[in-house]
Amino acid sequence: MRLENKVAVITGGGSGIGKETAKLFLHEGAKVAIFDVFTGNVEKVYRDMGFAKDSEIKNTLCATADVTKREEVKSAIDATIQRFGKIDILINNAGIIRDALVQKMTEEQWDKVINVDLTGSFNCIQAVVDHMIQRGSGSIINVSSVSGIYGNIGQVNYSAAKAGLIGITKTLSKELGKKGIRVNAVAPGFIRTPMTAGLPQKILDLMTEKTPLKMLGDPIDIAYANLYLASDEARYVNGCVLMVDGGLVV
Amino acid sequence: MKATAALDGKAALVTGGSRGIGQAIAIRLASEGANVAVNYQSRKDQAADVIDFINKTDRLDDLDELIKMIDIMDTVEQAKEVRDMIESMGRHSIICQANVGKMDEVNKMRDKAVAEFGKIDILVNNAGIVKDKSFVKMTSEMWDDVISVNLTGTFNCTKAVIDGMLERHYGRIVNISSVIGRMGNRGQANYAASKAGIIGLTQTLAKEFADKGVTVNAVAPGFIGTDMLKSVPAKIMEKILAQIPMGRLGKPEEIASAVTYLVSPEAGYITGQVIDVNGGLYI
Repeated sequence: MRLENKVAVITGGGSGIGKETAKLFLHEGAKVAIFDVFTGNVEKVYRDMGFAKDSEIKNTLCATADVTKREEVKSAIDATIQRFGKIDILINNAGIIRDALVQKMTEEQWDKVINVDLTGSFNCIQAVVDHMIQRGSGSIINVSSVSGIYGNIGQVNYSAAKAGLIGITKTLSKELGKKGIRVNAVAPGFIRTPMTAGLPQKILDLMTEKTPLKMLGDPIDIAYANLYLASDEARYVNGCVLMVDGGLVV
Repeated sequence: MKATAALDGKAALVTGGSRGIGQAIAIRLASEGANVAVNYQSRKDQAADVIDFINKTDRLDDLDELIKMIDIMDTVEQAKEVRDMIESMGRHSIICQANVGKMDEVNKMRDKAVAEFGKIDILVNNAGIVKDKSFVKMTSEMWDDVISVNLTGTFNCTKAVIDGMLERHYGRIVNISSVIGRMGNRGQANYAASKAGIIGLTQTLAKEFADKGVTVNAVAPGFIGTDMLKSVPAKIMEKILAQIPMGRLGKPEEIASAVTYLVSPEAGYITGQVIDVNGGLYI
């Protein structure tokens, strides 16, 4: 098992890519703290995960936490450390979209996406970084997006937030590298998740057409990238942005 | 070893597989279940002739450097050692001599590997050499040699195996680039150009083969503790270390795990990418 004795926090862990990552990490022997803003999601998690083994339930902690609220983040982090003794891995995965063309985008749409996707990640990192520095080890993974590299029509807020995550990744890999903490990012392409489920078939077809591999990705494809970067296999990988996009951005 | 080996039944060709990073890659792929053809070049005998020649001509200025360079060249014995290690793991392995810069030698190598394994599923273009010199003093020959092995060699080996991969609608190609190809380095105009060229090749081939079952990716190592670094003076090494956020050199095994990830089913949706494994040196 590739994450034996590791403790991972996964924000937005109740659905989509976050949920798939949580399942994979548990399967690889990690203890996993799932943070999600939707209490309903958290309650559903155990059922949705389809845990077969008691050990997997025992190794999971679910916390309702809004990443934009620093006190909620802090108490969820504290609860995780209290329960599992430490935190080795932070996956900043929580993210939302509020798409609109720039002329029509409201200030609220802008603020909401920047707050959750960008400031939320900053909040989680700040809540856990002292702990990681004290222990002299840690692996932080920010789930960015090809939208943050490429841009995407209707996503001026989302692409700004996701590009911002890459800036965070690069700066913190420099600040924290010598303290034994690695900071990397994963940039998913077009993935079949609840976030893309609502899109019209015409758009999904267009996304497939634009992807050289001629298919959308699945959450598990991103979960595997998170696993690689979180594990000791990647212990010399720091400041990297790993695109998992079927060749989209090449 | 893992209960389920991710690369069971796969056949791999690793160029420059007798030492350093290539050796670590060959062994790691085998540990994941692959059979591996280990390519080596071994020009030590030819190199000795060159030294002999220089000895006779009284031009001593570059002799030390040349000796150092020859000292780090690979040998057939090293390739055999890697083969034996892989065989002892219960996998099949062969060694195949070829200068990857020469198409006819590469085709022969391919034929030998295919005769043995029936196919090549995984190609790791790792063979690389350095011939460092400040640009002003760099000779055309130094330029040509490095471009030929590092860049044209990658083209040649890919060319040699691609038809089989396209026929079987499956292939995994990983090209070993370098952080030097990303950021340049004094004294390495030839090496930097060859390694940057590999990235262009990777991105283009990813696009050409994406819907044909073949993924093409690159790994760009930072400074890794191998023989290739032996010729770097201590003072320069100190400066290099100071620039690496993680404060240490990388290990060949750390490159091997990136390559293994890219050729595994886990990375099936990744193509055209460059994974930097450099401790944060260049991002």
